[in-house]
Amino acid sequence: MKLIILETYSQASEWAAKYIRNRIVQFGPGPGRFFTLGLPTGLPRDHPESYHSFMWNNFFKHIDISPENVHILDGNAPDLQAECDVFEEKIKAAGGIELFVGGIGPDGHIAFNEPGSSLVSRTRVKTLAMDTILANARFFDGDLSKVPTMALTVGVGTVMDAREVMILITGAHKAFALYKAIEEGVNHMWTVSAFQQHPNTVFVCDEDATLELKVKTVKYFKGLMLVHNKLVEPLYSMKETGAEKSQSKKPYSD
Amino acid sequence: MPSNKSVSDAPIVQFTNCRILRDHRLQREDLWVREGKILNPEKLFFDEKGSADLQLDCKGSIIAPGFIDVQINGGFGVDFSLATDDFKSGIDLVSQKILSHGVTSFCPTLVTSPPSVYHQVLPQISVKNGGAHGAGILGAHLEGPFISKEKKGAHPEHCLRTFEAGAFQDLLNTYGFLDCVRIVTLAPEMKRSSEVIRELTKRGICVSLGHSVANLSQAEEAVQHGATFITHLFNAMLPFHHRDPGIVGLLTSDKIPAGRRVFYGMISDGIHTNPAALRIAHRAHPKGLVLVTDAIAGMGLAPGRHTLGQQVVEIDGLNTYIAGTKTLSGSVATMDTCVRHFQEATGCSIEMALEAASLHPAQLLGIEHNKGTLNYDSDADFLMLNDNLYVQATYIAGQEVWRQDASSM
Repeated sequence: MKLIILETYSQASEWAAKYIRNRIVQFGPGPGRFFTLGLPTGLPRDHPESYHSFMWNNFFKHIDISPENVHILDGNAPDLQAECDVFEEKIKAAGGIELFVGGIGPDGHIAFNEPGSSLVSRTRVKTLAMDTILANARFFDGDLSKVPTMALTVGVGTVMDAREVMILITGAHKAFALYKAIEEGVNHMWTVSAFQQHPNTVFVCDEDATLELKVKTVKYFKGLMLVHNKLVEPLYSMKETGAEKSQSKKPYSD
Repeated sequence: MPSNKSVSDAPIVQFTNCRILRDHRLQREDLWVREGKILNPEKLFFDEKGSADLQLDCKGSIIAPGFIDVQINGGFGVDFSLATDDFKSGIDLVSQKILSHGVTSFCPTLVTSPPSVYHQVLPQISVKNGGAHGAGILGAHLEGPFISKEKKGAHPEHCLRTFEAGAFQDLLNTYGFLDCVRIVTLAPEMKRSSEVIRELTKRGICVSLGHSVANLSQAEEAVQHGATFITHLFNAMLPFHHRDPGIVGLLTSDKIPAGRRVFYGMISDGIHTNPAALRIAHRAHPKGLVLVTDAIAGMGLAPGRHTLGQQVVEIDGLNTYIAGTKTLSGSVATMDTCVRHFQEATGCSIEMALEAASLHPAQLLGIEHNKGTLNYDSDADFLMLNDNLYVQATYIAGQEVWRQDASSM
């Protein structure tokens, strides 16, 4: 695992963005595809809190992505399980996920894999924990009855199959989850901990998220920042020549 | 990019690098247009898996809904209150010329005239969509002849009438033809005005109060019967008095029926209203303010003498008076000048100034689902403006119909 600690939320976001950019350039996208993860069911596509709206407003409308390359689980599909199975097929057909980017919940969940989710689970329908429902209530004017109770989500196993995993964790309310994820053992009550068994994980966080970690851990990884920063400097561009691009951009592995 | 638009094959245009007026704010968003309407890009993306056929860089311009002028008596030598042989070409000329002022829809206005004029002119005005030929016509605005003698302003006294005898029938006989009429200005203190107001409102015609000596309760009664607009506030009405605010008091009246809003026209050319008065009105009732030009035939022409219906007016700079008097008669202001002057005089936000010329008139006429906004599925009538609110380009139904540098796209 690489644990990248930046001082603030914006610095953490920027580091993550630069890293993803470099990875994309290195990947040499051609028929590269994007997959997006889990959605609550029961929300109409054009509801302002639907994942479609969120992804459109925060991502798709700012880039020139072709709509055919966007795959979002459809929470309103007639056969939800079939929808999930097809999603898994599409991932396989695209050659697997190169880089998975996600966050974690205060209860340590990745995507909507709530505590107790199998660590080898695949894309499926999942009931949401009360904590998650409460956390989402703010998007529904605090009205609990309006918050969806089920979600379609990629499974822990699905994410483990990705060649690289990046988790973004910011804020003090996530600190305990981060502690459980990296300093304690692999446990299905804190599903993010499954990535301890993934060969290629990056955790990007801000100072507040490290509040529950041992001082020793934090100092260790902060000390590695000199080396870790080589992953984002220099910042690569698609406009570079083929020869440079084909060189491996990863100077080391952990 | 392959586009697989399942709903329509019509070309989709995406205007980028601009700030659009939406939800009362200027936002950094792209504007998408298809088949003359504003398109929802999220729906296009997810439901149709479509994308833009053409992307236009707006170079940081402001994009606002097209201006709507509900009181314009003519311009460029054309007088809507004159029954000439080439009336139709006159109205076409004005509708084409005002595109450069940012007006995409308007109400040709007729001042007090003899019945013969109405009978000849009104059948020649038809509601029609705008386009490359000119701004759209929403319907006629008939200002008079049922107005007060004491507040006739520039209107000819010998043509004033009452509807005491036959109420609505008198009105119908005078005008002859109501199909294309959108707004009627009258004085509510006249006998039987309530019946007339009710009948007009029932026919979907907007009733406006103006050229009147009504007191506040007469004005409120008129509003209760259906009146929704005030013609050029402050001008041609009793001045505000603290014990009887008159028509001006409608701005803050508590007798307005629930769910209704009283709108008021303001000619913000710097002449008709002192900026301080403009500010008082704006601060009292910002959501009701509708910018109008009240432009006359001389607008757009050199100073000198022109007509306004049965009268002769003299133009000297921005001042327009009945020849030989100091009675104001209309203006030679253009809509975009009014918007700029309004913004400067009141210090209001750009969004507010633009809405006073687009959203508010649309709301007055009850057409805001179609015009006056950049909401999805509205008609794509919009303007590109620079930061100083000078119109750079005018679009109607998504087509460019006028551009600042006169060379086409």
